[in-house]
Amino acid sequence: MRFMLLFSRQGKLRLQKWYVPLSDPQKKKISREVIQMVLARKPKMCSFLEWRDLKIVYKRYASLYFCCAVEDQENELITLEIIHRYVELLDKYFGSVCELDIIFNFEKAYYILDEFILGGEAQETSKKIVLKAIEQADMLQEVGPIYFMKAFSARWAI
Amino acid sequence: MPAPIRLRELIRTIRTARTQAEEREMIQKECAAIRSSFREEDNTYRCRNVAKLLYMHMLGYPAHFGQLECLKLIASQKFTDKRIGYLGAMLLLDERQDVHLLMTNCIKNDLNHSTQYVQGLALCTLGCMGSSEMCRDLAGEVEKLLKTSNSYLRKKAALCAVHVIRKVPELMEMFLPATKNLLSEKNHGVLHTSVVLLTEMCERSPDMLTHFRKLVPQLVRILKNLIMSGYSPEHDVSGISDPFLQVRILRLLRILGKSDDDSSEAMNDILAQVATNTETSKNVGNAILFPLLQTDHNAVQRHRSTIVDCLKDLDVSIKRRAMELSFALVNGNNIRGMMKELLYFLDSCDPEFKADCASGVFLAAEKYAPSKRWHIDTIMRVLTTAGSYVRDDSVPNLIQLITNSVEMHAYTVQRLYKALLDDISQQPLVQVASWCIGEYGDLLVSGQCEEEEPIQVTEDEVLDVLEGLLVSNLSTPVTRGYSLTAIMKLSTRFSSVNRIKKVVSIYGSSIDVELQQRAVEYNALFKKYDHMRYELRWCSTHSLLTGGRTRSHLNETALPTKPASAGGELLDLLGDLSLSGMPSMTVPLDAESAHSDRSSRHAPNVSLSSRAGIPPMTAYNKNGLKIEFTFERSNPNPNISVITIHASNTTEADMTDFVFQAAVPKVWPQSVVMTRPGGGALKRTESDSFLKLQQQLRMRIKLTYTYKGAPVQDLAEVNNFPPQSWQ
Repeated sequence: MRFMLLFSRQGKLRLQKWYVPLSDPQKKKISREVIQMVLARKPKMCSFLEWRDLKIVYKRYASLYFCCAVEDQENELITLEIIHRYVELLDKYFGSVCELDIIFNFEKAYYILDEFILGGEAQETSKKIVLKAIEQADMLQEVGPIYFMKAFSARWAI
Repeated sequence: MPAPIRLRELIRTIRTARTQAEEREMIQKECAAIRSSFREEDNTYRCRNVAKLLYMHMLGYPAHFGQLECLKLIASQKFTDKRIGYLGAMLLLDERQDVHLLMTNCIKNDLNHSTQYVQGLALCTLGCMGSSEMCRDLAGEVEKLLKTSNSYLRKKAALCAVHVIRKVPELMEMFLPATKNLLSEKNHGVLHTSVVLLTEMCERSPDMLTHFRKLVPQLVRILKNLIMSGYSPEHDVSGISDPFLQVRILRLLRILGKSDDDSSEAMNDILAQVATNTETSKNVGNAILFPLLQTDHNAVQRHRSTIVDCLKDLDVSIKRRAMELSFALVNGNNIRGMMKELLYFLDSCDPEFKADCASGVFLAAEKYAPSKRWHIDTIMRVLTTAGSYVRDDSVPNLIQLITNSVEMHAYTVQRLYKALLDDISQQPLVQVASWCIGEYGDLLVSGQCEEEEPIQVTEDEVLDVLEGLLVSNLSTPVTRGYSLTAIMKLSTRFSSVNRIKKVVSIYGSSIDVELQQRAVEYNALFKKYDHMRYELRWCSTHSLLTGGRTRSHLNETALPTKPASAGGELLDLLGDLSLSGMPSMTVPLDAESAHSDRSSRHAPNVSLSSRAGIPPMTAYNKNGLKIEFTFERSNPNPNISVITIHASNTTEADMTDFVFQAAVPKVWPQSVVMTRPGGGALKRTESDSFLKLQQQLRMRIKLTYTYKGAPVQDLAEVNNFPPQSWQ
């Protein structure tokens, strides 16, 4: 995966994850182009687009578009499944997730994404394990620095 | 100083802004507050401020002044700080920033942290955006973590290693030992990421590929377990157990199995099983079938109907993919059914597909045609439905095909004639039809068709059609060339020679130079070399052959495109003959001449036996290109010797754009006429008189052609003319 974008029907970016090094203006330009392209698609159209040398895989969930750019040799069908899996994770975490949840808790959305995908590839295929890891990391946040080392020094083999 | 507002508070506030200007104002105010807070080196609220900054960055506002703050957060001992710090680094600090490298030390420490979630953060950051320098510095740590028994860390380390390898390919070797027992893990996360790592290594290095081939049985076993084992709620997606892992394994198997029979053997069973067991009603099933298709076509034949249905889908991307897959699935067993669908698709699809589809149909038909009649019918169908989209090089191929189907000639020419009556706008169709009529016009007129009801058509009607092509605005110059030649050829088959003569002479003054030249030569044929007109009967379009020893005639050429300069070149050719040579007579072959002529009927001089007692000779024989001259005395005028040039190519590749140039010393100027086989004179500069010469005939030849994509040029002198040929 080269990048993932989440944006609203009005084209407002809600999350952007880049797995390739690009400058800010480049990222802005690409985002704008891709968002425009995807928003122009009609409802019954295919979820796959060809753009430059990449394949754009997108799916709309309520008011939010989830959009991934993958390389040509990637399996776009499984990318769709990855998008769906991410939505399921968000849904489980927030409880019936909606766009507002992602707006107000964008950093959590990133944490969940980073626990599911690393370097553009899925790192964990079990929903349960991903959610458990997030849960435990969240708990770590609650604890102050003093107990940091002690309480969680045990290695968790999940 | 009041505490900086919370993140959610800020978000709420900004969202109340009704205009862009209002929003900008709020942002600027907050940025100023954050800046001063940073200046105060406030540890407590740094995290909150950076989080707000990241939000504003997402809205599109600059946030570079927060970069250093991210570093400070990463170095903090609080997990919350680290989390935001690393997030900030990933969003603000890509490798182009100078500050980027400063992270290296922090990451190194965190990779060795006692808490796995901190290690996880470090691995994640490194694996997403680590620069090459960072990767070089930290590869050792990653490698260490790849060997840990902690599956949480191991899976992250594997993907981190993938990133390192992508950034610094030379480091790939150092991860090799750690891959040893990656596949013995039970944890799916580790399995998945390990397969990704192995795939990356195999794709980058053939040595790695060979090394990892031994893993095929293990991969097959894992795949088997996934399919056979019962329902696993943890990994289930719509009834399929861990499709992500399945897809990845299939992809790796495809890479490992390529051009290795043993591996492929080991895989076949499991691939068939996956194919049979996979339910395609959901996207997930199709996701698995996709790489499967790429690996083994047999296993997925049963999904043909789904794919064929997709040809009718509304969406362009689906249609294209379905078309490609359909052609991949065509075989001897399903050709009839598949072709029906594909032809129907060709009829109704968008223009952007027609050329590819037509080419695909021709290829498939050539490979698997169940009968000649079916083959011809299929070609006809393509030509009539998508005739103008057919590629230019298809025309010679089709002509050859038709040539070889001897028993179908009458049927073919009849069908093509009928098609012409309907529509003359599609050039490839018209060209093939013209050629056919030229060759088999006699069959058409005599109503010999067996396959279907023969039509009644007179010679005049046929000539009407061909002449119609010549004058029509729809015909391209190439097409006109075809039809003029066809008309000429019919002069030997039809009785209405006078009409043909008339047509040919009219075009002797055509504006189109190509047409004019042809007409002039054909005229000459009528006048002076009448007997040779019959040589035209076997005019087919082809150039030097691949491999075969068939004799082919240089034929049907386009206008020589370099008349002016050619003279100069050949003057050089003759340079040291110390005679000023005559300008060249070139015989270039154009694109029409593209395929071989295998029918023996089409080589009037099948054997190079001597004619009129003059032995043939080899003029040139080098690099697989052999040029032989045969001689015969011209019939009406025995003082004229006709040299026929036979060129053949004995290598396995084509020689194209072949140009043959010859020059003779000026002593001979009025005596050597370069003609094309079948008699069309290329250039005549002399009167009919012929000088008997005392001097030995010498000739310089220059050959240029394209071989395997590279231009080749050669000069040679031909001295071994038998005396009988010129005396």
